[in-house]
Amino acid sequence: MTYLADVAALTRKDLRVELRGRDTLPAMLLFVLSTLVVFHFALPEGSGETAAYGLLWVAIVFTALLGLARAWVPEQEHRVLDGLVLAPCDRSAIWLGKTLATLVFLLAAQAVALPAFVLFFEPLDAAALGGVLLADVGICAVGSLMSAMAVAGRSREVLLPLLVLPLAIPLIVGGVGAAVSAEPERFLLFVLLYDAVFAVLSWASFEYVVTE
Amino acid sequence: MIRGRAIEKRYGRKRVLTGVDVAVPVGGFALVTGPNGSGKTTLLRMVAGLAAPSRGDLVVGADRSQVGYLAHEPLVYRELTALENLDLFGRLYRVPERRERIGMLLERFGLWDARSERVSAYSRGMTQRLALCRVLLHEPDLLVLDEPYSALDEDGAALLDRELDALAGARTLVVATHDPERLARLATQRVALA
Repeated sequence: MTYLADVAALTRKDLRVELRGRDTLPAMLLFVLSTLVVFHFALPEGSGETAAYGLLWVAIVFTALLGLARAWVPEQEHRVLDGLVLAPCDRSAIWLGKTLATLVFLLAAQAVALPAFVLFFEPLDAAALGGVLLADVGICAVGSLMSAMAVAGRSREVLLPLLVLPLAIPLIVGGVGAAVSAEPERFLLFVLLYDAVFAVLSWASFEYVVTE
Repeated sequence: MIRGRAIEKRYGRKRVLTGVDVAVPVGGFALVTGPNGSGKTTLLRMVAGLAAPSRGDLVVGADRSQVGYLAHEPLVYRELTALENLDLFGRLYRVPERRERIGMLLERFGLWDARSERVSAYSRGMTQRLALCRVLLHEPDLLVLDEPYSALDEDGAALLDRELDALAGARTLVVATHDPERLARLATQRVALA
Protein backbone atom coordinates (compact mmCIF):
# COMPACT_ATOMS: atom_id res chain seq x y z
CA MET A 1 0.00 0.00 0.00
CA THR A 2 2.85 2.39 0.78
CA TYR A 3 4.31 1.73 -2.67
CA LEU A 4 1.01 2.57 -4.37
CA ALA A 5 0.62 5.67 -2.19
CA ASP A 6 4.09 6.82 -3.32
CA VAL A 7 3.19 6.19 -6.97
CA ALA A 8 -0.08 8.09 -6.55
CA ALA A 9 1.70 11.04 -4.89
CA LEU A 10 4.32 11.17 -7.66
CA THR A 11 1.73 10.92 -10.45
CA ARG A 12 -0.41 13.62 -8.82
CA LYS A 13 2.66 15.81 -8.58
CA ASP A 14 3.38 15.41 -12.31
CA LEU A 15 -0.19 16.23 -13.27
CA ARG A 16 -0.14 19.28 -11.01
CA VAL A 17 3.18 20.50 -12.45
CA GLU A 18 1.77 20.13 -15.98
CA LEU A 19 -1.49 21.89 -15.10
CA ARG A 20 0.52 24.81 -13.76
CA GLY A 21 3.27 24.94 -16.38
CA ARG A 22 1.26 23.79 -19.41
CA ASP A 23 4.53 22.87 -21.10
CA THR A 24 3.70 19.44 -22.51
CA LEU A 25 0.03 18.75 -23.20
CA PRO A 26 -0.77 21.81 -25.36
CA ALA A 27 2.30 21.05 -27.49
CA MET A 28 1.21 17.40 -27.88
CA LEU A 29 -2.34 18.41 -28.83
CA LEU A 30 -1.22 20.97 -31.38
CA PHE A 31 1.32 18.59 -32.86
CA VAL A 32 -1.00 15.63 -33.27
CA LEU A 33 -3.82 17.71 -34.71
CA SER A 34 -1.63 19.61 -37.16
CA THR A 35 0.05 16.36 -38.22
CA LEU A 36 -3.31 14.74 -38.98
CA VAL A 37 -4.43 17.83 -40.92
CA VAL A 38 -1.23 17.76 -42.99
CA PHE A 39 -1.63 14.02 -43.64
CA HIS A 40 -5.25 14.60 -44.63
CA PHE A 41 -4.15 16.87 -47.46
CA ALA A 42 -0.95 14.97 -48.27
CA LEU A 43 -2.47 11.49 -48.64
CA PRO A 44 -3.71 10.93 -52.20
CA GLU A 45 -7.34 9.97 -52.79
CA GLY A 46 -7.96 6.21 -52.60
CA SER A 47 -4.78 5.44 -50.70
CA GLY A 48 -6.67 2.97 -48.58
CA GLU A 49 -7.08 2.28 -44.90
CA THR A 50 -3.66 0.68 -44.42
CA ALA A 51 -1.90 3.90 -45.40
CA ALA A 52 -4.25 5.91 -43.17
CA TYR A 53 -3.57 3.67 -40.17
CA GLY A 54 0.15 3.91 -40.85
CA LEU A 55 -0.06 7.69 -40.75
CA LEU A 56 -2.08 7.55 -37.52
CA TRP A 57 0.77 5.61 -35.95
CA VAL A 58 3.35 8.09 -37.19
CA ALA A 59 1.33 10.83 -35.49
CA ILE A 60 0.91 8.82 -32.27
CA VAL A 61 4.57 7.85 -31.94
CA PHE A 62 5.92 11.34 -32.57
CA THR A 63 3.33 12.91 -30.26
CA ALA A 64 4.42 10.48 -27.56
CA LEU A 65 8.06 11.41 -28.24
CA LEU A 66 7.18 15.06 -27.77
CA GLY A 67 5.68 14.28 -24.36
CA LEU A 68 8.52 11.98 -23.38
CA ALA A 69 11.15 14.56 -24.29
CA ARG A 70 9.70 16.86 -21.64
CA ALA A 71 8.81 14.15 -19.13
CA TRP A 72 11.84 14.59 -16.85
CA VAL A 73 12.42 18.31 -17.43
CA PRO A 74 10.75 19.33 -14.12
CA GLU A 75 13.11 16.90 -12.34
CA GLN A 76 16.09 18.29 -14.26
CA GLU A 77 15.34 21.86 -13.18
CA HIS A 78 16.71 22.37 -9.67
CA ARG A 79 18.02 18.77 -9.89
CA VAL A 80 14.92 17.45 -8.13
CA LEU A 81 15.70 13.94 -9.33
CA ASP A 82 18.58 13.83 -6.82
CA GLY A 83 16.06 14.60 -4.08
CA LEU A 84 13.71 11.84 -5.27
CA VAL A 85 16.53 9.32 -5.61
CA LEU A 86 17.66 10.04 -2.04
CA ALA A 87 14.17 9.52 -0.62
CA PRO A 88 13.72 6.14 1.08
CA CYS A 89 10.88 5.07 -1.21
CA ASP A 90 11.31 2.31 -3.78
CA ARG A 91 12.96 4.06 -6.75
CA SER A 92 10.81 2.19 -9.24
CA ALA A 93 7.87 4.19 -7.86
CA ILE A 94 9.46 7.28 -9.44
CA TRP A 95 9.44 5.56 -12.84
CA LEU A 96 5.90 4.24 -12.41
CA GLY A 97 4.60 7.66 -11.37
CA LYS A 98 6.21 9.24 -14.42
CA THR A 99 4.91 6.49 -16.72
CA LEU A 100 1.33 6.94 -15.48
CA ALA A 101 1.50 10.72 -15.82
CA THR A 102 2.90 10.45 -19.37
CA LEU A 103 0.16 7.95 -20.19
CA VAL A 104 -2.49 10.41 -19.00
CA PHE A 105 -1.02 13.12 -21.26
CA LEU A 106 -0.90 10.76 -24.24
CA LEU A 107 -4.49 9.60 -23.66
CA ALA A 108 -5.61 13.23 -23.40
CA ALA A 109 -3.92 14.00 -26.73
CA GLN A 110 -5.55 10.94 -28.30
CA ALA A 111 -8.96 11.92 -26.95
CA VAL A 112 -8.73 14.74 -29.49
CA ALA A 113 -6.61 13.00 -32.13
CA LEU A 114 -8.66 9.82 -32.61
CA PRO A 115 -11.98 11.60 -33.33
CA ALA A 116 -10.03 13.84 -35.72
CA PHE A 117 -8.62 10.73 -37.43
CA VAL A 118 -12.13 9.30 -37.82
CA LEU A 119 -13.27 12.63 -39.25
CA PHE A 120 -10.41 12.93 -41.76
CA PHE A 121 -9.70 9.30 -42.66
CA GLU A 122 -11.25 6.00 -41.53
CA PRO A 123 -13.52 4.76 -38.77
CA LEU A 124 -11.75 3.00 -35.88
CA ASP A 125 -13.14 -0.32 -34.72
CA ALA A 126 -12.68 -1.83 -31.25
CA ALA A 127 -9.57 -3.79 -32.30
CA ALA A 128 -7.83 -0.69 -33.68
CA LEU A 129 -8.71 1.25 -30.55
CA GLY A 130 -7.51 -1.62 -28.36
CA GLY A 131 -4.23 -1.68 -30.28
CA VAL A 132 -3.72 2.05 -29.71
CA LEU A 133 -4.48 1.83 -25.99
CA LEU A 134 -2.24 -1.19 -25.42
CA ALA A 135 0.58 0.35 -27.41
CA ASP A 136 0.26 3.57 -25.36
CA VAL A 137 1.15 1.58 -22.26
CA GLY A 138 4.25 0.12 -23.89
CA ILE A 139 5.40 3.44 -25.36
CA CYS A 140 5.05 5.21 -22.02
CA ALA A 141 6.69 2.40 -20.02
CA VAL A 142 9.76 2.10 -22.24
CA GLY A 143 9.78 5.78 -23.14
CA SER A 144 9.86 6.97 -19.51
CA LEU A 145 12.93 4.85 -18.87
CA MET A 146 14.68 5.98 -22.07
CA SER A 147 13.76 9.58 -21.39
CA ALA A 148 15.35 9.33 -17.93
CA MET A 149 18.51 8.09 -19.64
CA ALA A 150 18.42 10.79 -22.30
CA VAL A 151 17.70 13.69 -19.98
CA ALA A 152 21.11 13.38 -18.34
CA GLY A 153 22.79 14.19 -21.66
CA ARG A 154 22.99 17.54 -23.40
CA SER A 155 21.43 16.29 -26.65
CA ARG A 156 18.21 14.93 -25.18
CA GLU A 157 16.09 15.77 -28.24
CA VAL A 158 18.45 13.82 -30.52
CA LEU A 159 19.12 10.91 -28.21
CA LEU A 160 15.53 10.16 -27.19
CA PRO A 161 14.19 9.22 -30.66
CA LEU A 162 17.30 7.12 -31.25
CA LEU A 163 16.56 5.18 -28.07
CA VAL A 164 12.77 4.96 -28.30
CA LEU A 165 11.98 4.49 -32.00
CA PRO A 166 13.72 1.10 -32.44
CA LEU A 167 11.95 -0.16 -29.32
CA ALA A 168 8.60 1.18 -30.57
CA ILE A 169 8.72 -0.73 -33.87
CA PRO A 170 7.07 -3.90 -32.46
CA LEU A 171 4.29 -1.73 -31.00
CA ILE A 172 3.67 -0.08 -34.37
CA VAL A 173 3.62 -3.47 -36.09
CA GLY A 174 1.16 -4.77 -33.48
CA GLY A 175 -0.99 -1.64 -33.53
CA VAL A 176 -1.31 -1.45 -37.31
CA GLY A 177 -1.80 -5.23 -37.46
CA ALA A 178 -4.65 -5.04 -34.95
CA ALA A 179 -6.34 -2.37 -37.10
CA VAL A 180 -6.06 -4.04 -40.53
CA SER A 181 -5.75 -7.77 -39.88
CA ALA A 182 -8.60 -10.27 -40.12
CA GLU A 183 -7.29 -11.77 -36.87
CA PRO A 184 -6.59 -8.77 -34.66
CA GLU A 185 -6.49 -10.90 -31.48
CA ARG A 186 -3.01 -12.23 -32.40
CA PHE A 187 -1.65 -8.70 -32.73
CA LEU A 188 -3.36 -7.48 -29.57
CA LEU A 189 -1.89 -10.40 -27.65
CA PHE A 190 1.52 -9.61 -29.09
CA VAL A 191 1.31 -5.97 -27.95
CA LEU A 192 0.04 -7.08 -24.54
CA LEU A 193 3.00 -9.42 -24.17
CA TYR A 194 5.38 -6.65 -25.23
CA ASP A 195 3.82 -4.34 -22.62
CA ALA A 196 4.21 -6.92 -19.87
CA VAL A 197 7.82 -7.80 -20.69
CA PHE A 198 9.08 -4.26 -21.24
CA ALA A 199 7.17 -2.79 -18.32
CA VAL A 200 8.79 -5.32 -15.99
CA LEU A 201 12.23 -4.69 -17.53
CA SER A 202 11.83 -0.92 -17.23
CA TRP A 203 10.48 -1.19 -13.68
CA ALA A 204 13.41 -3.34 -12.61
CA SER A 205 16.15 -1.37 -14.36
CA PHE A 206 15.11 2.20 -13.49
CA GLU A 207 17.16 2.21 -10.29
CA TYR A 208 20.33 1.52 -12.28
CA VAL A 209 19.57 4.36 -14.68
CA VAL A 210 19.31 7.02 -11.98
CA THR A 211 22.10 5.88 -9.66
CA GLU A 212 25.83 5.35 -10.13
CA MET B 1 29.48 7.42 11.09
CA ILE B 2 31.67 8.14 8.02
CA ARG B 3 34.94 6.46 7.21
CA GLY B 4 36.69 6.96 3.89
CA ARG B 5 40.19 5.97 2.84
CA ALA B 6 42.11 6.96 -0.28
CA ILE B 7 38.91 8.06 -2.04
CA GLU B 8 39.34 8.80 -5.71
CA LYS B 9 36.73 9.99 -8.16
CA ARG B 10 37.07 10.22 -11.92
CA TYR B 11 34.63 11.35 -14.58
CA GLY B 12 36.00 9.80 -17.74
CA ARG B 13 39.65 10.82 -17.83
CA LYS B 14 39.16 13.77 -15.52
CA ARG B 15 40.29 13.09 -11.97
CA VAL B 16 38.14 15.12 -9.55
CA LEU B 17 39.34 13.73 -6.22
CA THR B 18 42.52 11.92 -5.31
CA GLY B 19 43.57 10.21 -2.09
CA VAL B 20 41.02 11.79 0.23
CA ASP B 21 40.70 10.39 3.75
CA VAL B 22 37.64 11.17 5.88
CA ALA B 23 36.70 10.05 9.38
CA VAL B 24 33.69 11.58 11.08
CA PRO B 25 32.29 9.99 14.25
CA VAL B 26 28.62 10.04 15.22
CA GLY B 27 27.83 13.58 16.35
CA GLY B 28 30.91 14.95 14.59
CA PHE B 29 30.98 18.15 12.53
CA ALA B 30 33.25 17.94 9.50
CA LEU B 31 34.12 21.11 7.65
CA VAL B 32 35.07 20.52 4.02
CA THR B 33 37.12 23.35 2.55
CA GLY B 34 38.98 23.97 -0.66
CA PRO B 35 39.07 26.23 -3.70
CA ASN B 36 36.58 26.04 -6.57
CA GLY B 37 36.94 22.79 -8.48
CA SER B 38 38.70 20.98 -5.64
CA GLY B 39 35.96 18.34 -5.42
CA LYS B 40 33.95 19.49 -2.40
CA THR B 41 30.59 18.91 -4.09
CA THR B 42 31.75 15.55 -5.46
CA LEU B 43 32.83 14.41 -1.99
CA LEU B 44 29.52 15.52 -0.49
CA ARG B 45 27.54 13.75 -3.22
CA MET B 46 29.42 10.56 -2.39
CA VAL B 47 28.76 10.94 1.34
CA ALA B 48 25.06 11.54 0.59
CA GLY B 49 24.93 8.39 -1.53
CA LEU B 50 24.42 10.05 -4.91
CA ALA B 51 27.78 8.99 -6.31
CA ALA B 52 30.24 6.19 -5.72
CA PRO B 53 34.04 6.47 -5.47
CA SER B 54 36.01 5.29 -8.50
CA ARG B 55 38.63 3.93 -6.11
CA GLY B 56 39.15 3.68 -2.38
CA ASP B 57 36.66 2.90 0.37
CA LEU B 58 33.83 4.99 1.70
CA VAL B 59 31.52 3.67 4.39
CA VAL B 60 28.61 5.81 5.59
CA GLY B 61 26.73 4.50 8.59
CA ALA B 62 23.37 5.93 7.61
CA ASP B 63 20.77 4.74 5.14
CA ARG B 64 18.88 6.99 2.75
CA SER B 65 16.11 7.73 5.23
CA GLN B 66 18.66 9.15 7.68
CA VAL B 67 20.46 11.48 5.26
CA GLY B 68 19.55 15.10 4.61
CA TYR B 69 21.35 16.56 1.60
CA LEU B 70 21.48 20.25 0.72
CA ALA B 71 22.91 20.71 -2.76
CA HIS B 72 23.85 23.76 -4.81
CA GLU B 73 20.44 23.39 -6.42
CA PRO B 74 17.43 23.37 -4.07
CA LEU B 75 16.00 20.00 -5.24
CA VAL B 76 12.42 21.31 -5.21
CA TYR B 77 9.85 21.68 -8.01
CA ARG B 78 9.58 25.21 -9.42
CA GLU B 79 5.92 24.82 -10.36
CA LEU B 80 4.81 23.58 -6.93
CA THR B 81 4.29 25.68 -3.82
CA ALA B 82 6.43 25.34 -0.71
CA LEU B 83 3.62 23.40 0.98
CA GLU B 84 3.20 21.02 -1.97
CA ASN B 85 6.94 20.40 -2.24
CA LEU B 86 7.35 19.65 1.45
CA ASP B 87 4.20 17.53 1.50
CA LEU B 88 5.56 15.39 -1.37
CA PHE B 89 8.94 14.88 0.29
CA GLY B 90 7.27 14.37 3.67
CA ARG B 91 5.23 11.52 2.18
CA LEU B 92 8.24 9.92 0.51
CA TYR B 93 10.27 10.18 3.74
CA ARG B 94 7.35 8.85 5.86
CA VAL B 95 7.46 11.87 8.15
CA PRO B 96 5.08 11.33 11.07
CA GLU B 97 2.63 14.19 11.77
CA ARG B 98 3.73 15.66 8.47
CA ARG B 99 1.50 18.72 8.38
CA GLU B 100 2.51 19.90 11.83
CA ARG B 101 6.20 19.39 11.05
CA ILE B 102 5.91 21.26 7.73
CA GLY B 103 4.04 24.13 9.35
CA MET B 104 6.62 24.39 12.12
CA LEU B 105 9.55 24.46 9.67
CA LEU B 106 7.93 27.01 7.35
CA GLU B 107 7.21 29.22 10.35
CA ARG B 108 10.75 28.83 11.67
CA PHE B 109 12.34 29.68 8.32
CA GLY B 110 10.06 32.65 7.68
CA LEU B 111 8.19 31.12 4.74
CA TRP B 112 4.76 30.62 6.26
CA ASP B 113 3.23 33.66 4.58
CA ALA B 114 4.63 32.52 1.21
CA ARG B 115 3.66 28.86 1.71
CA SER B 116 1.09 28.85 -1.09
CA GLU B 117 3.23 30.65 -3.67
CA ARG B 118 4.98 28.72 -6.40
CA VAL B 119 8.72 28.29 -5.91
CA SER B 120 9.25 29.92 -9.33
CA ALA B 121 8.09 33.17 -7.71
CA TYR B 122 10.55 32.86 -4.82
CA SER B 123 13.78 34.82 -4.55
CA ARG B 124 17.03 32.84 -4.47
CA GLY B 125 17.25 33.34 -0.69
CA MET B 126 13.68 32.12 -0.10
CA THR B 127 14.39 29.07 -2.27
CA GLN B 128 17.47 28.31 -0.18
CA ARG B 129 15.36 28.57 3.00
CA LEU B 130 12.86 26.15 1.48
CA ALA B 131 15.71 23.79 0.58
CA LEU B 132 16.81 23.88 4.23
CA CYS B 133 13.24 23.03 5.29
CA ARG B 134 13.31 20.05 2.93
CA VAL B 135 16.63 18.87 4.37
CA LEU B 136 15.45 19.11 7.97
CA LEU B 137 11.93 17.77 7.31
CA HIS B 138 12.63 14.15 8.24
CA GLU B 139 15.04 14.99 11.10
CA PRO B 140 17.99 13.18 9.53
CA ASP B 141 20.86 11.77 11.60
CA LEU B 142 23.39 12.80 8.95
CA LEU B 143 23.27 16.26 7.38
CA VAL B 144 25.32 16.90 4.26
CA LEU B 145 25.27 20.59 3.44
CA ASP B 146 26.91 22.09 0.38
CA GLU B 147 27.45 25.84 0.80
CA PRO B 148 24.41 26.25 3.09
CA TYR B 149 24.88 30.03 3.45
CA SER B 150 24.68 30.56 -0.28
CA ALA B 151 22.08 33.24 -1.22
CA LEU B 152 20.94 33.76 2.37
CA ASP B 153 20.58 37.32 3.61
CA GLU B 154 21.82 38.35 7.09
CA ASP B 155 18.63 37.19 8.81
CA GLY B 156 18.71 33.90 6.98
CA ALA B 157 22.38 33.34 7.80
CA ALA B 158 21.75 34.12 11.48
CA LEU B 159 18.83 31.69 11.45
CA LEU B 160 21.04 28.99 9.93
CA ASP B 161 23.72 29.73 12.56
CA ARG B 162 21.16 29.01 15.27
CA GLU B 163 19.99 25.83 13.55
CA LEU B 164 23.53 24.52 13.19
CA ASP B 165 24.30 25.43 16.82
CA ALA B 166 21.32 23.32 17.87
CA LEU B 167 22.21 20.43 15.57
CA ALA B 168 25.96 20.26 16.32
CA GLY B 169 26.70 17.36 18.60
CA ALA B 170 23.20 15.94 18.32
CA ARG B 171 23.57 15.03 14.62
CA THR B 172 26.48 14.25 12.33
CA LEU B 173 27.22 17.10 9.94
CA VAL B 174 29.39 17.39 6.86
CA VAL B 175 29.46 20.96 5.60
CA ALA B 176 31.30 22.37 2.58
CA THR B 177 31.93 26.08 2.75
CA HIS B 178 34.06 28.89 1.38
CA ASP B 179 33.73 30.64 4.74
CA PRO B 180 35.23 28.18 7.25
CA GLU B 181 35.71 30.85 9.92
CA ARG B 182 31.97 31.15 10.34
CA LEU B 183 31.67 27.51 11.38
CA ALA B 184 35.10 27.01 12.96
CA ARG B 185 33.62 27.06 16.49
CA LEU B 186 31.45 24.02 15.68
CA ALA B 187 33.87 21.93 13.62
CA THR B 188 35.34 18.78 15.11
CA GLN B 189 37.03 17.67 11.87
CA ARG B 190 38.41 19.46 8.86
CA VAL B 191 38.81 18.03 5.39
CA ALA B 192 40.94 20.33 3.28
CA LEU B 193 40.83 19.59 -0.45
CA ALA B 194 43.48 20.98 -2.76
